[in-house]
Amino acid sequence: MLDGFQKLRGIVNDPALSAAQKAHALAVQAENLLPYPALDAETREALDARIICDMYEGAAPYRPRYVLADFSVVLQKGSCWLELPPPETLDEALNTLMIAYHHVPSITGMPVYIGQLDALLLPFCDGVSDEELYRKIKLFWRYIDRVLPDAFLHANIGPTDNPVARAVLRVDAELKQIAPNLTLLYDPAVSSEDLLAHAVRNITECSKPHIANHPIHAATFDEAGYGIVSCYNALPLRGGASTLARVNLREVALRSHGTEDFLGTQLPRYVELCARLMQARIDYLYDASGFFQSFLVEEGWIDADRFTAMFGVFGMAEAVNALQDMAGLAGRYGHDAGANALGLRITETLAEMVAARPMRNVWRGRAMLHAQAGLSTDSEATPGIRIAYGTEPDPVAHVQALAPQHRYYASGVSEILTLDETVKANPEAVLQLAKGAFAAGFREFTANVASNDLVRVTGYMIRLSDVARHGAGDGSRTNTTALGAEAAKLTGILSRKPRVVAQERDAGQR
Amino acid sequence: MQANVSKVLRWSAVDGPGNRLVLFLQGCNFACPGCHNPHTIGICDSCGDCVPACPRGALSLTGGKIAFDPGLCDQCDLCLRACPISASPMTESLSVADVLALLRANRPFLTGITVSGGEATVHAKFIAALFTAIGADPALAGLTRFIDSNGHLGPLGWQRLMPVTDGLMLDIKAFDPATHAALTGRDNAKSLASARIAQAAGKLYELRFLMVPGFTDSEAEIAALAAFARSLGRVRVKLNAYQHHGVQGAARDWPKMPRAGVEAAAARLRAAGVTEVVTPAVWL
Ligand code: SF4
Ligand code: SF4
Repeated sequence: MLDGFQKLRGIVNDPALSAAQKAHALAVQAENLLPYPALDAETREALDARIICDMYEGAAPYRPRYVLADFSVVLQKGSCWLELPPPETLDEALNTLMIAYHHVPSITGMPVYIGQLDALLLPFCDGVSDEELYRKIKLFWRYIDRVLPDAFLHANIGPTDNPVARAVLRVDAELKQIAPNLTLLYDPAVSSEDLLAHAVRNITECSKPHIANHPIHAATFDEAGYGIVSCYNALPLRGGASTLARVNLREVALRSHGTEDFLGTQLPRYVELCARLMQARIDYLYDASGFFQSFLVEEGWIDADRFTAMFGVFGMAEAVNALQDMAGLAGRYGHDAGANALGLRITETLAEMVAARPMRNVWRGRAMLHAQAGLSTDSEATPGIRIAYGTEPDPVAHVQALAPQHRYYASGVSEILTLDETVKANPEAVLQLAKGAFAAGFREFTANVASNDLVRVTGYMIRLSDVARHGAGDGSRTNTTALGAEAAKLTGILSRKPRVVAQERDAGQR
Repeated sequence: MQANVSKVLRWSAVDGPGNRLVLFLQGCNFACPGCHNPHTIGICDSCGDCVPACPRGALSLTGGKIAFDPGLCDQCDLCLRACPISASPMTESLSVADVLALLRANRPFLTGITVSGGEATVHAKFIAALFTAIGADPALAGLTRFIDSNGHLGPLGWQRLMPVTDGLMLDIKAFDPATHAALTGRDNAKSLASARIAQAAGKLYELRFLMVPGFTDSEAEIAALAAFARSLGRVRVKLNAYQHHGVQGAARDWPKMPRAGVEAAAARLRAAGVTEVVTPAVWL
């Protein structure tokens, strides 16, 4: 307990944290003073060894990790609980949303999803000029960044080309804020080419938005739809994810005697233990926490049956390379067809195992596979199924190496392509790359452009200038800067390799 | 039909519009001391001088021909230094069919293809065959076909190439004939004529001009560039700045071209009425 008190004292006295940041950190520590949901010994041991990982979600799950409230409910019907009448004008709709966001929790203490903004706001845009819309969205965007400064917070637009989506893109490139993070749902049959081109121009300016392959996601979910939140997680709308736990594939590979032992024995064992860990956490949330006795359920913002469990994996690159070493094979993940095929085989095996494992109080009764984008403290394992930092091949080869795995990661796979600054003078190249990626089966397209101040770390946005200031001890008003600073120090993420092309031709490297 | 290729890129944002597959063809008809890729100038005659220079045993003479094992190579480039004729033992021979297969495999990612060099037009027959085949292949419809050239090709050569080419990026190394000769070892009359031929065909995508301090950054050169560009009508001029990357030999002692000088030249070109002037996207 003394240790616990010391931690609390350290938070209280930390000059770099704001009062609100302290309150959140204190709540996290207090939760962790409680006993963990009961785990069997084997699961506990794997968790303590961090072969499986609970993302440090806390000892007593009292709200789902990600909540994707259906904000169309409060916009159409208002809320009895919040004493809100249904809005009638655009101003009223924006005001209603700004209120609503504060009542939707998530793991970060702030909402991770602020809605499919064009679908939500278009009904209020009759007679509103583009210029007026732009000004209102700009104020709304500022409000989000200053009041809910968390880069896990995510807005969605698309797939149609519409005035709200355009206003959002215009404002987002102009303000270059970390929050909200932004995803454009892209559907070649519905979205205009010009809308995609607009999004791509934005990417070359501020590395946002992220572009989701809408037809693939839409087919994964149901009529009620889905949303993209946080680090590019695709989740059921009007629900979300109760928990995200993950298996460190690198650790599992290091405990294996070769590929067959890995696929046939070790991986099934840790997949089962990870499923038990998730089930224990979900049981606490549903059976003990009282979360679902809320107006959110009563008024239909969320539905207790629509929360999935995200089955995360990471460290694929290191796992494949370790197994290649054991087999005496030189080919590296991301570069060699054999190594890439092994990665695909691991993914297929994982998908089969996850689909075969029943889960209680989980949407459709099964967890959803997820290539997890990493934690700020992961120093030896590359996020998800990504190619190791600094060793990535050219972006086209990069996409081709990973595309076959994408179809299996139903709840999201975040891959960040780092592009050389030359694309700023030629956004059409990025447009073509995005189209190629989608045609190859990429679920999502995300790019960082070298020299942009605003970049993605594991999946959330940070400003490099903020990281530099934080390193100098100045504190930051945004929650995610500290995570970014930690990740930059520990994981070498800023060394993601931008490629200088064409001026530089290593003659022997075909 | 085959061509010697020093490198293939599937991703390039700097060789024309969009993302392009770039084929660097081996061999050049200029001999520029300031070349950024001098190992693309010569054609290997299998003399074998580079074999002992390779620390990895990636090179050998087999049946009198140089053989290269990419699996052993670690890209140290020592073989390139050892070559007496600015050639490379690491090129590969690709057929038109090989290139078509590469294009098909990467089609969704590509806006087009650019053939570069060396000097691409040394392989004019190969390019004509390749571009004709691309145009005839329904799976490759929509890909634009570009040539990056120094323009040292006569009207007959262009007659063959122009109908199957969508865009030409043309380097003018200098306007003063003596300067051009000092920089390239050749006369510039053909290059200037090539620009006119391409413009008349509506296919001059970009005129490129490398600013080398002491050679082509003078008032007179920029004025000549402005006059030439204006005489062509609507044209896009791209200014490049001389850098040391890849350069070998005495030209390493030439100063690098400073950004301010390039921007001043760009301003002068614009003031002189050149329709579009582009400066480097990245300064190293
Ligand atoms: S670049 Fe390759 S082939 Fe040439 S010397 Fe080095 S290792 Fe040998
Ligand atoms: S690359 Fe040069 S040194 Fe090597 S065999 Fe060919 S000509 Fe001789």
